[in-house]
Amino acid sequence: MKTRLSGTTSWSRLFFRRPATNNAEESYYAASHWKLMLRKLMKHKLARISLYVLAMMYLMVIFANIIAPQGLDSYDSENLNSRPSKLHWVDPQGNFHFIPFVYGLKSSRDPVTLRKIFVEDKQKWYPIQFFVKGTEYKFLGLIPGNVHLFGVEDPGRIFVFGTDSLGRDLFSRIVLGSQVSLTIPLVGVSISFFLGLLIGGISGYFGGFIDTVIQRVIEIIRSFPTLPLWMALSAAIPPRVPIVHMFFYITIIMAFIEWTELARVVRSKFMALRNEDYVMSARISGVSNARIIRVHLVPGFMSYLVVTMTLAIPAMIIGETAMSFLGLGIRSPAASWGVLLQEAQQMENVALYPWKLIPLGFVIITVLAFNFLGDGLRDAADPYK
Amino acid sequence: MSSYIVRRLIMMIPVVILISIIVFFIIQLPPGDFISGYAAKMTTSGEVMDEAALKLLRESYGLDQAWYVQYGKWIWGMISKGDFGYSLNYNRPVSSIIGQYMSLTLVVSIISMLFTYAVSIPIGIFSAVRQYSIADYIFTAFGFIGMATPNFLMAIILMYLSYVYVGDPMLGLFSPEFIDAAWTYAKFVDFFKHMIIPVIVIGLGSTAELIRVMRAQMLDEMDKPYMLTARSKGLSERRIIMKYPVRAAINPIVSTLGWSLTAVFTGSTITAIVLNLPLQGPVMYRALLSQDMYLAGTWLLFMAVCIVLGTLISDILLVWLDPRIRMRKGM
Amino acid sequence: MKAETATAKQSQDLLQVEELNIHFPTDHGMLKAVNGVSFNVYRGKTLGIVGESGCGKSITGKAIIGIQPKTSAISGSIKLGDVDLVKLKRNGREIRAIRGSKIAMIFQEPMAAFSPLYTIGNQIMESILLHRTKNKKEAAMLTVDILQRVGISNPEKRFHQYPHEFSGGMMQRAMIAMALSCEPELLIADEPTTALDVTIQAQVLDLMKQLQREFGMAIVFITHDLGIVAEMCDEVAVMYLGKIVEQATVREIYKNPKHPYTRGLLRSIPTIGSRKERLESIEGTVPIPINMPPMCGFFDRCQDRIPGVCDKREVPETQLSDNHRVSCFLYADTDNETEILS
Repeated sequence: MKTRLSGTTSWSRLFFRRPATNNAEESYYAASHWKLMLRKLMKHKLARISLYVLAMMYLMVIFANIIAPQGLDSYDSENLNSRPSKLHWVDPQGNFHFIPFVYGLKSSRDPVTLRKIFVEDKQKWYPIQFFVKGTEYKFLGLIPGNVHLFGVEDPGRIFVFGTDSLGRDLFSRIVLGSQVSLTIPLVGVSISFFLGLLIGGISGYFGGFIDTVIQRVIEIIRSFPTLPLWMALSAAIPPRVPIVHMFFYITIIMAFIEWTELARVVRSKFMALRNEDYVMSARISGVSNARIIRVHLVPGFMSYLVVTMTLAIPAMIIGETAMSFLGLGIRSPAASWGVLLQEAQQMENVALYPWKLIPLGFVIITVLAFNFLGDGLRDAADPYK
Repeated sequence: MSSYIVRRLIMMIPVVILISIIVFFIIQLPPGDFISGYAAKMTTSGEVMDEAALKLLRESYGLDQAWYVQYGKWIWGMISKGDFGYSLNYNRPVSSIIGQYMSLTLVVSIISMLFTYAVSIPIGIFSAVRQYSIADYIFTAFGFIGMATPNFLMAIILMYLSYVYVGDPMLGLFSPEFIDAAWTYAKFVDFFKHMIIPVIVIGLGSTAELIRVMRAQMLDEMDKPYMLTARSKGLSERRIIMKYPVRAAINPIVSTLGWSLTAVFTGSTITAIVLNLPLQGPVMYRALLSQDMYLAGTWLLFMAVCIVLGTLISDILLVWLDPRIRMRKGM
Repeated sequence: MKAETATAKQSQDLLQVEELNIHFPTDHGMLKAVNGVSFNVYRGKTLGIVGESGCGKSITGKAIIGIQPKTSAISGSIKLGDVDLVKLKRNGREIRAIRGSKIAMIFQEPMAAFSPLYTIGNQIMESILLHRTKNKKEAAMLTVDILQRVGISNPEKRFHQYPHEFSGGMMQRAMIAMALSCEPELLIADEPTTALDVTIQAQVLDLMKQLQREFGMAIVFITHDLGIVAEMCDEVAVMYLGKIVEQATVREIYKNPKHPYTRGLLRSIPTIGSRKERLESIEGTVPIPINMPPMCGFFDRCQDRIPGVCDKREVPETQLSDNHRVSCFLYADTDNETEILS
C-alpha cells in the first residue's frame, strides 16, 4: 500500500499502463527485455545522439583506410606544421563552383617572427575530387586498394586538420588512429568482461573457500594504483616490438586491471539474485543448476553488466590516451589519439599550431558519448523506470 | 572499535607482503636491467664499457642474482634497517629521494582534495535542491566535460591560457628564484600561485565525479519518508536539508576520504609530468623508464600500501559514521 | 433546524476543510487526486477517512499540514480557527509554527519515517526544542517523559538508541511520542498500524485511544481498514476516487450504509462466526482520475447503477440526516434531480 507520491511521473507510470489495450501496448508487454531496453534507450535523447555519434565513429574505424586521404607513413617535408586547408567555393574571378576547391600553398616567412608560414597561392587551385587513387593500403588488413574517399590532384594538398611537425596529415592520422584508440577499449572490455563473468560467477556461485580466495586476489589487484601500475607494466613492454604485439600488450594490461570491477559486480549480483524468490521457486520446482544460471541468473544481471561495461570504456580510452601521450603506450609511427597529442606536450606547439589539439576533441566526444550511452542504458535497464 | 582496527591491521599484513612480491616481479619484468641501459647510454656518448666492468657493476648491485633472491634482500633490508635499496639513477638511497618528494606531493594532494570537497559538496547539494534549474544544468554540463577531458591535456590548455593572460605558464611549483630559497612570505605567495593550475587540474576529474555522486545521493535521500516526518515537525527546509539528507549523502563521500586521497595522490602522476612539478610522478616515470628498480619498486609498493591504508581509513570512517554498520560489526 | 445544530457544532469545530482540490499536472492531463472534498474535525473527536489505495485519503491528510508533493496544485480551504492553511506559504514560517505544535502527523512506516543516522531521542527532541523550550536539558527531560507515556520502558536508555535498535511496534510508539511531544490539538494518523503485526496493532490502537483521552486531541485517522474505523472513530468519511462519497457517524455507517461502495466495503470485511463460502469483493478496478467526464466514478463497478443517469452528470450530494450525507443518484433529492434534468 504505497500512497506516497513522488511526483507526476510516478502517477502517470502507475496509471498509464493498465487501461490501454491497443496493439502497441500489447506488443509492449510481449517484447523481450532487450527490445524493451532498446526502445527505452531510443527515447533517451542524449543516449540516442550518442549512439549515432558512436556508430559514425566505428564506421570511421572500419573505413579508415578509405576515408583517410593519406597513409600512416606518408609525410610531406614541404608542408610542416601547415594549418588546416580552407575550402573555397568562389574563385578570385568571382565564379561560383559547386565542388569546393583548395588553393595551392606557398611558403614564406613571417616578417616579424621569421617563422615559416604558408599562404594560399591564388594562382593555382585544385577542386576536390572523390574516389581518387592514392596511397596503397589493405582494407581491413586483407583487401589491397588505393582508392580514397576524397583528395586533390598533385601537386595540390588538402589538409583538413592541418599537419604535424613532420608534415603528416592530421586528419588522416586521426582517422587511422581511431582504429587503435577505439578498438583497444572494446577488446579490453571484452576480455575483462569474459574474465569478470567467469571469475565473478565462480566466486558468487560456489561461495565458501573459493570465494574467499578470489576475493583476496581481487582485493590485492585493486590495491595497486591504476596509473602507476599501467606505467610499470607498459614500461615492461620491450621497445621495438611489432605494432600488433604492442596493441595486444596494451589491451591485456587494460583488461587485467579492469576485470576485477566486473567480477565484483557479477559476484554481488549472483549472490543477491541467488536468494531472490523467483530463483528459489525455480529451485524448489526442481530446475537444474545450469538451467537456473542460464535462464534465471544471467539474464537477471546481463543488462546491468552491459551498463557497467559501457561505462568502463571511457576510462580505458582515457587510459590509452594517457599512456600513449607519455610514450608508454602505442608508439610512432603507429598512431592513436594519444600519440597524436604527444606534440601538444610542448606549449609552443599549442600556442602556434592550435589545430594539434583537435585529437583531444575526438577523445572528449567519444568519452562523453560512451558515458551518455551508459547512462541511457542504465535507465533503460531499470525495469521500474 | 579499537579491536576492530587492530584486527584489520593484522589482516593487512599478508596483503602487503603479496603486493610487495607482485611489485618486485613487475619491476624486474622488462628485459635487461639498469646496467644494460646505462652501458647503452655510455656507448652512445662514446665510452665503451667492457663485459668485465659490467659484470662487476652488476655484482656490486646484486643484479646478477635471481629475482626472488634480490627480492628477499630488498625486503630484509627494509624490515631490518629501514633500507629501501639504492637508486642507481640518483646515486642516493631510495629513502632519501622519497623523503624529498613525498612531503610536497602530500601537500599538493591534500590541497587538491580540499579543493575538490570544498567545490563539489556545496555544488552537489545546490544542484539537488534546485534540481532542473539552469544552474543545475550548467553544473551538470561542467561535470560531464570535467569527466571527459583527460586532465593532463587540461593542464596544457590552462598553462597556455596562463601564458597568454598572465605571461607565465606557471611551470613547476616555484619560480626559479625561489627554488632553493628559504620559506618567506614571497616564496609562499609564489608557491600558492603555482599551485592554482595543478590543484584545478588534479582536482577537476574528481570534482566532476563528486558533484555527480553528491547530487544523486542528495536526490535519493530527499525522496525518503523521513523528509516528510521532519517537515511535519515544523523544521525549516534549510535545517531539514542540512541535518538529514546532507548528512546521509555526505557519509559515503567522507568515508571514501582515505581512498580518494590516494586516488589524488596517484592521479597527480601524469599531471606532474606534464607540468614538470617536483612531485613523485616524474621521478617515478624516469625510474620506470631507466629501470631504476629499487626506486620504482619502493614507489609502487608505497602507493599500494597507501591504497590499502586508505581503504582501511575509509572503512573505519564508515563504521564510525553510520550507526547501523557500527551495530553490525558489534561495536 | 439545521442551522441551529450547525452553530452548536461550530463551537467545537477545530478544522474545517472545504472544497479541497489537489491536482497533479501530468503529460496526459490533470490528475485530480482530491476533488472537492469537504469535512469538519471536531475537538477531541476522531474522524476516520476510509478508502482504497490511491483514493486520495493520504494526500488529503498531508495537505492539512501542507506537505503534499511540490508538483501538485491545491485549492479550496482548510481552516484551523480563522487561519486558512491553504493560503499559507509552502514551508513558510506560519505553517511551520503550526506543524508539530498544533497539528502533528504520524506516518505509515515507522522505520522509514525516522532517519537512521540520529538517535530516537534526538529526533523527538527536535520538535520540543522548536515549539516548547529552547533549553536542551528540559527538552531531553520532556522527551524521556513522553517516551514513558507512550509505554516505552527504560526511556532514558531508549533515548540514546538508534532506530535500528527498535522493533516495529516500538518505533510506532516512538513516532506517536514524537507527534504528541508538543501536545497538539489535532493528530493526523496516516495508516499508523498498517505496517504492524495484528497484536501490535491492537496495542498501538489502545495506546492512541488512551492518549487521546489524556491529551484531549482530535484525530484524523486515515486507513483502509473498516474494522479499525469501528474501533477508533466517531465519524467516518468514505473516499472514492478523490471524493467523499459518504460521510456519517460510525454507528450510522455500519447500521445504515447508503452508498453502494460503502456497502461493498462493508461486505468485504470477513467476520468471525459468519462462514460465507466466499468473501465478497468489489468487482473491477479503480479508474484513473484524469480527464474524467462528469459522471459517477464508481459507475463501472456499481451494482445499482442507473445507466443514462449516473454516467451523464456530476453526482449531487444529499444530506440524508443531520449526520449522514451521501453522493449517489439513488438518494438524490427529487427537486434537485428535476433541476438537473430540466
